[in-house]
Amino acid sequence: MTALLAVDRVDVDFRVADADVSAVSDVSVEIAEGEIFGLVGESGCGKTTLALALMGLLPASADVRGSIRFQGRDLVPLSDDEMRRLRGDRISMVLQDPMTSLDPCFSIGEQVAETIRAHRPADRREARDRAIRLLRDVGIPDAERRYADPPHRLSGGMRQRVVIATALANEPALMIADEPTTALDVTIQAQVLDLLRDLRRTHHTTILLITHDLGVVAQLCDRVGVMYAGQLVEVAPVETIFRAPRHPYTQALLEALPTAGQARGALRVIEGRVPDLTDPPPGCRFAPRCPHRMPECDRVPPMALEDADHAVACWLSDATRAAAAGEGSVAETPLGGVGA
Amino acid sequence: MSAAPAAVPAVATRRPAAHPGRRKLRVGLVILGALLLVAVLAPWLAPHDPDAIESNRVLRGITLAHPFGSDDLGRDVLSRVIFAFRVSLSVAVGSVVVAFVVGVPLGLIAGYRGGWVDTVIMRPVDMLLALPALLLAIALIAIVGPGSLIALLAISIIYLPILARVIRSSTLVVSSQTFVEGARARGASSTSIVVRHILPNAIGPAIVQASVLMGFALQIEAALSFLGLGAQPPTPSLGVMLADGRNVLTQAPWVEIFPGLAIAVTVLAFNLIGDALRERLDPRGVTR
Repeated sequence: MTALLAVDRVDVDFRVADADVSAVSDVSVEIAEGEIFGLVGESGCGKTTLALALMGLLPASADVRGSIRFQGRDLVPLSDDEMRRLRGDRISMVLQDPMTSLDPCFSIGEQVAETIRAHRPADRREARDRAIRLLRDVGIPDAERRYADPPHRLSGGMRQRVVIATALANEPALMIADEPTTALDVTIQAQVLDLLRDLRRTHHTTILLITHDLGVVAQLCDRVGVMYAGQLVEVAPVETIFRAPRHPYTQALLEALPTAGQARGALRVIEGRVPDLTDPPPGCRFAPRCPHRMPECDRVPPMALEDADHAVACWLSDATRAAAAGEGSVAETPLGGVGA
Repeated sequence: MSAAPAAVPAVATRRPAAHPGRRKLRVGLVILGALLLVAVLAPWLAPHDPDAIESNRVLRGITLAHPFGSDDLGRDVLSRVIFAFRVSLSVAVGSVVVAFVVGVPLGLIAGYRGGWVDTVIMRPVDMLLALPALLLAIALIAIVGPGSLIALLAISIIYLPILARVIRSSTLVVSSQTFVEGARARGASSTSIVVRHILPNAIGPAIVQASVLMGFALQIEAALSFLGLGAQPPTPSLGVMLADGRNVLTQAPWVEIFPGLAIAVTVLAFNLIGDALRERLDPRGVTR
């Protein structure tokens, strides 16, 4: 399997007032064709910023460095217009809140058809037929009749299906789903996750799923990347992450998950607070909260392969230490594709 | 899929039974519709030539032949009100249309682009807004000379900044909504985002504002004409008629009352419509 998307040493800084905010720092990751890759982390850890960088949708105040190779082509230097042509066509995105991500002035079908017509020379009728088929594919009952419905006639779950249909409209190679289920209630969440899983199979779409919900990750993803304060700290297949997490942050995150039968009021939390990204810790950004903190933590730990498919960036890991010793080849360490 | 079945668009649109502002809108539209008919059909509706001077019926009161009486030159007041209304209404509507057509794109671009574009467009607009409206119009007319067309342009210059600001602020609100980002994420171009997604969602308040402004425009037109700065006699205009009737107010109040009533009723119609539209186009409303 080849990498569909190769993010290599990407930094994203925002200029805010007179300070620089380092929102994404030195992130490298590869996503293989056909996999569902989960990017997890708490709010503000840079996962959405990374996704917007992939889409070329960051505001002008953002400075992106590094390379983002998509189907072999670096997206970072592309012009606005070149990016626009990729968006919604080769790379698409499902936004978090289905209640507000559809235009209230247009029917749901028109919004799907518009996406098709923005990229293909399809006439109205073709676009309409295809839009109806897509609405049917994402499980909108009676799609033909509902084509003309304005978004406010649909429930949240149905709207999210429509948003997914717009994202699928041009059979993109990569679909980025940013917290697609966060705004939905639990039963609807499960349905949308099922839908994404089915669509991966029927439409062969690679999915980058951004979420803070480990439950969603466990249900849906093949591999997971864990981000903390702008740094990618661990990447592994989903079973490995849950069974044998290596990074202290990943471990803490898993321990914080409430389990059935747990005593009331016994929620575990991670001590301390997320660092100020205008002045992040010099090395590992989790160090100030880490129970295993040591002097080395003031240097940035390089990401290194623990196993064939398990990478971690922590000085506790022998792989990281070895990689640091052999400086240079470190950061390029590619991560293997799914089940390679 | 071959031979897709004929598409049946739209389920019949249901509206809640008691719709807010429905009655106001209906009353406003009926009045306005009747007034528009009067304006359009003036040559056929007016019982007399509005400019025909008849010395034998100077300042006659209400009669069957002259239901609104006659003025100091013996002209039929009803016919004059009908023609004057036509002039005044065209100036009022025309000025708002000009202000709308120029102001909306300006506000839209300023709100969407922001930054220096916003500054370049909105600072001059704010300057216009800072000047007292009527004074600005009078100053303009002092420079160019009086006339209906000049009055129309003067009023539109007064209204342009108001409409530009309204549309700019609603553009700011709409631009920050997720569906705009969604459209961008689907690869829509800036032009199509502005025209197809922002404009339809942002235009509501400007339409409401425009319909209220029409009523005011009619008043300003009347004021300018009253002062002799708008329509020039003998062109009948409601303001000109008010000015003429002032001299004979005690002897023949009908010369003054009927043009005044015409202004009042028209302003009422525009305000009813504006009010009803505001309730209707409320972005939180169920129907759009």
